Amino acid sequence: MSLPEQAREALACFTEARGWEQRARLLMQWGERLAPLDDAEKTESNRVHGCESLVWLVAVVDDGQWRFKATSDARLLRGLLALLLVRVQGLASAELAQLDLRGWFSELGLERQLSPSRSNGLHAVLQRMAQLASEA
Amino acid sequence: MFQPSPWRADFPAIAALQRQHQTYLDSAATTQKPQALLDALSHYYGHGAANVHRAQHLPGALATQAFEASRDKVAAWLNAADAQQIIFTHGATSALNLLAYGLEHGFNAGDEIAISTLEHHANLLPWQQLAQRRNLRLVILPVNSQGQIDLDQALQLIGPRTRLLAVSQLSNVLGTWQPLPALLAHARAQGALTVVDGAQGVVHGRHDVQQLGCDFYVFSSHKLYGPEGVGVLYGRHRALQQLRHWQFGGEMVQLADYHSASFRPAPLGFEAGTPPIAGVIGLGATLDYLASLDANAVERHEASLHQHLLRGLAEREGVRVLGAPQTALVSFVVDGVHNADIAHVLTEQGIAVRAGHHCAMPLLKGLGLEGAIRVSLGLYNDSDDLARLFEALDQGLELLR
Repeated sequence: MSLPEQAREALACFTEARGWEQRARLLMQWGERLAPLDDAEKTESNRVHGCESLVWLVAVVDDGQWRFKATSDARLLRGLLALLLVRVQGLASAELAQLDLRGWFSELGLERQLSPSRSNGLHAVLQRMAQLASEA
Repeated sequence: MFQPSPWRADFPAIAALQRQHQTYLDSAATTQKPQALLDALSHYYGHGAANVHRAQHLPGALATQAFEASRDKVAAWLNAADAQQIIFTHGATSALNLLAYGLEHGFNAGDEIAISTLEHHANLLPWQQLAQRRNLRLVILPVNSQGQIDLDQALQLIGPRTRLLAVSQLSNVLGTWQPLPALLAHARAQGALTVVDGAQGVVHGRHDVQQLGCDFYVFSSHKLYGPEGVGVLYGRHRALQQLRHWQFGGEMVQLADYHSASFRPAPLGFEAGTPPIAGVIGLGATLDYLASLDANAVERHEASLHQHLLRGLAEREGVRVLGAPQTALVSFVVDGVHNADIAHVLTEQGIAVRAGHHCAMPLLKGLGLEGAIRVSLGLYNDSDDLARLFEALDQGLELLR
């Protein structure tokens, strides 16, 4: 499966990043790219629980392809969400279900952000995504 | 000026963590363990494990002896009059649940239970659920801006309908000592039972349960430098007699036939099943170690580091400390910066602190906060640990701003 263009770009940026500071700066920059959510989209049913921060994930299937929007009140988490979305945007359910998202974050050098003990919410977002893909 | 901890080398994990570039400042969640505890666990498992209170054989006798010696040590640590007033549970949470179930029969619809707004979920949810089961009113005592239970209001709210008062000794979020003498005396005068959650308090200074005058005192071993899986419930004799048995099984029974049984009194009647034997023995060894320290020196060290922590935070722009912490820990937020982002940048720099709601969601919500960062100290921390925290915080905030 070939990488979407934005995912290739992210991979290039993050594999070149040296040190935690540069990675954190990049995360903040990528977070700025997230499409904003309307207040109407920030509903309880779109909230992802299991996070210490507020996280929303809006998911729609359009012509067999998943379209996601996501945001959070925490900046670095917005960056992680952006990196997630560039990888999964436009996938079909079968592709989404097969995708190794842990592997994706490992490639980016961000695997530590995925530990279930970290309450940053990325883990919970991935669980929600897997659930959506399997139910579709 | 460098302030070393004379006890740092007694805790081998601190050096191991340092080799992994980790600065441990999360002792209010759980503590690192002294070598004396590691030795005791290794000795027990290395020389012959056995079940307690069951077998006549030699290993069983030795294990029982060591297990009961720990009960004596806990009693001595709390200055309980009698070791039989010490029940071993599986943690502070299970001790509080034991109370909420064991005392349930004494409550009638409309009775009141008083707790405070700053309780840890472990001292909130067992009472909340008991209130729901028995149709009781859960009265929440407010806390003032300093982070202490507001005495004027509390004394009004604790009245003749109050059957039980359950409060923390030292807040796990605000680091404030609660005005227990006045609260407990008033509650007792109203005929209420009193429960003190000593999970944080027991770690700092020595506390005398007889002087405190509470009916029950609860703490967990792992926050007091002991092993996990062990909690302690102290009860006054009269209060213990009011407890109904709540978990049933091996060794808590006197006589059993198929359709009925009679049960032992405290403590064994409330220690159903095989207890955490190694853990209890390990707690005993930890208490021996702690008792060997110069208590005044420990107190001075902790107080001085805590002041240092408060000063350092106060010097930093935009840092807002929750309440007026007195001991051991400080929770804070930074204006305009999400606590999850601060947690992220501190973690990246090897600073182990806790971020979030600290198992006290209603308290944080009441303060209008989603969460906070909590820095908490143990007797092994030194001023270099704080210097690393401040440096990491400065670096992180510079980046986030």
